[in-house]
Amino acid sequence: MAVTELTHRPAATSRRPDPVRRAGRRRTAGDWSVLAIAVLIGLLIAVPFLMILVNSFKSPAEYSSSGPLSLPTQLYTDGLQAFWNRVDFPRKLWNSFLISGSVAVLAVAISMLNAFALGIGRVKGRTWIVVVILLANMLPQEVLLYPLYFMFKAVGLYDNVWSVIIIFTVIQSAFGTYLLASVYSTFPKELLEAASLDGASRLQILLRVVYPISRPTLSVLLIFFFIWTWNEFLIPLTFLVSNATQTVPVAITVLQGDRLMDVTTTSASALLGLIPTLVFFLLFQRTLTRGITAGAVK
Amino acid sequence: MAAPTLPVRPRAARGARSSSLIPGSGRNGFWIYLVPGLALLVLVVLVPLVWNVYLSFTSYRGIRPPEWIGLENWTELLADATFWTSFRNSIAMVLAMVIVPTLLGLLLAAMLFDLIGKKFGGKVASFLRATYYLPQILPSVIAAIVIGWILRPQNGALNQVLGGVGLDGLARNWLGDPATALPSIMVVLVWVQIGYPVVIFMAALQRVDPELYEAAELDGAGWFQRFRAITVGIIRPEIFVVVLTCTIAALKVFGPVYALTGGGPGTSTMVPAYYAYSEFFQSQQVGYGATIATALTAVIAVVAVVFIAAQTRLERKEEQG
Repeated sequence: MAVTELTHRPAATSRRPDPVRRAGRRRTAGDWSVLAIAVLIGLLIAVPFLMILVNSFKSPAEYSSSGPLSLPTQLYTDGLQAFWNRVDFPRKLWNSFLISGSVAVLAVAISMLNAFALGIGRVKGRTWIVVVILLANMLPQEVLLYPLYFMFKAVGLYDNVWSVIIIFTVIQSAFGTYLLASVYSTFPKELLEAASLDGASRLQILLRVVYPISRPTLSVLLIFFFIWTWNEFLIPLTFLVSNATQTVPVAITVLQGDRLMDVTTTSASALLGLIPTLVFFLLFQRTLTRGITAGAVK
Repeated sequence: MAAPTLPVRPRAARGARSSSLIPGSGRNGFWIYLVPGLALLVLVVLVPLVWNVYLSFTSYRGIRPPEWIGLENWTELLADATFWTSFRNSIAMVLAMVIVPTLLGLLLAAMLFDLIGKKFGGKVASFLRATYYLPQILPSVIAAIVIGWILRPQNGALNQVLGGVGLDGLARNWLGDPATALPSIMVVLVWVQIGYPVVIFMAALQRVDPELYEAAELDGAGWFQRFRAITVGIIRPEIFVVVLTCTIAALKVFGPVYALTGGGPGTSTMVPAYYAYSEFFQSQQVGYGATIATALTAVIAVVAVVFIAAQTRLERKEEQG
């Protein structure tokens, strides 16, 4: 497993021999046309985003008279405001934030404890334990719906953000356990030996040696868990039914087809739905591209 | 949906030595650290899983206690046309989420890495890569709403544009017509999915030794030959990971169908996950919904096992030369 990629990226270009580099400066007509194709595909992928952006600031009247492609002549924000107030958007943002943030922290903690026992402690039967844990990640969530619905209803956590927090802590930590157990199994042994000679207990070794050294990996996991949980849909949809507990994606989706939703208000709702994830992407772009490759490994 | 690179082999857990990495610290002392994680796993995953299998052998409408009916749900399932339609549509989902994105992703990654990265600079390549990846970060339902908005029947952007360039005849109710609903959803999924293989493959390509390419070029191999022999050969582990994780995601797909069509018109866009959901919460046939969900789980398990077995065999063969 290319665990190293989590901490540093191999600079592939730096060891490339010089002749190739110089050859790289010659750009043929063919090169330019490949670039044109790549840019065109990029545009095609970006067009839906641009259309949503442009049309969220138009009035329905302007939309029907000048069509979806023109720029708005004036900044019309009634659609955005109407949607914002109708779904009580700040509340949904807070719910999503609370759920995703709690899951991220708790799932990282559980992953670390599991991985400490599996990767460093090498407990007996660890292969099977990892396989069973991974089950949580592969199952279709429909399998869990009804039993969990009853269990959470029985303990009074139905329609409570904590039900979703608990479920996703388990699902996300399954992936985290797998990845971290792998990282910890290659943990520098000298450090563990030194700490052990100094008389540190297991818990002290975990908190003072393992935790600080694996912090870069843990922070990648933290960001991943946050975004994955933010984007989840089925379980929040079924477990958070009241307005006070819904998340952003659920609130936006259940309102589609509502009478309030004229053409530009729908566009505005999509815009409000994609802005938070876009912000995460811009904030964490580097971590993300590093992290994505962490699991795809040799 | 931003399908994580679901790990395939429990590498970490291998290694025959039977002591912990901390000297003088027996393995048994570590069990306590597994307690919270495993307790939660049992409660949230294993118990519901077994419970769900049990429900698949019962008639249960959510109010009176479940009533044991043996294999009745299962025989009904095998004769259920909607169920088979939903799995046929799963094949369409695999096409849209696995096959097309993987093939396109290979080409795009090679294009960005080999050509654009080298001739126009790494900045241009990473900018394009980020653009391709953009739909991946959205919640899949939001991505579906974005496209659904463009496909609105009355005043949707696509129909407006078609009208604007004099192609009114092509305008239609994209998601309301059984002939175009499934293809429309497939286009959404390709759009959502394409960035994932591109990013993974580009990272993998950094392992390829440029000298191999030069040697092949000197031997007179064309671009496509080099692509097939070297690129695809070297990044095969990543191709496996992408194909496996995306296939599982394609079998589980739910959000876009929920947000765009609700399985309709008719059952033309029905998928197993949505079918189970609608049996659970719309028809209140909980026992039957549990049967569908269990069947889907079994299919996913078989797919995963077959994939991993194939990969292991291939690797072993290679190691033996």
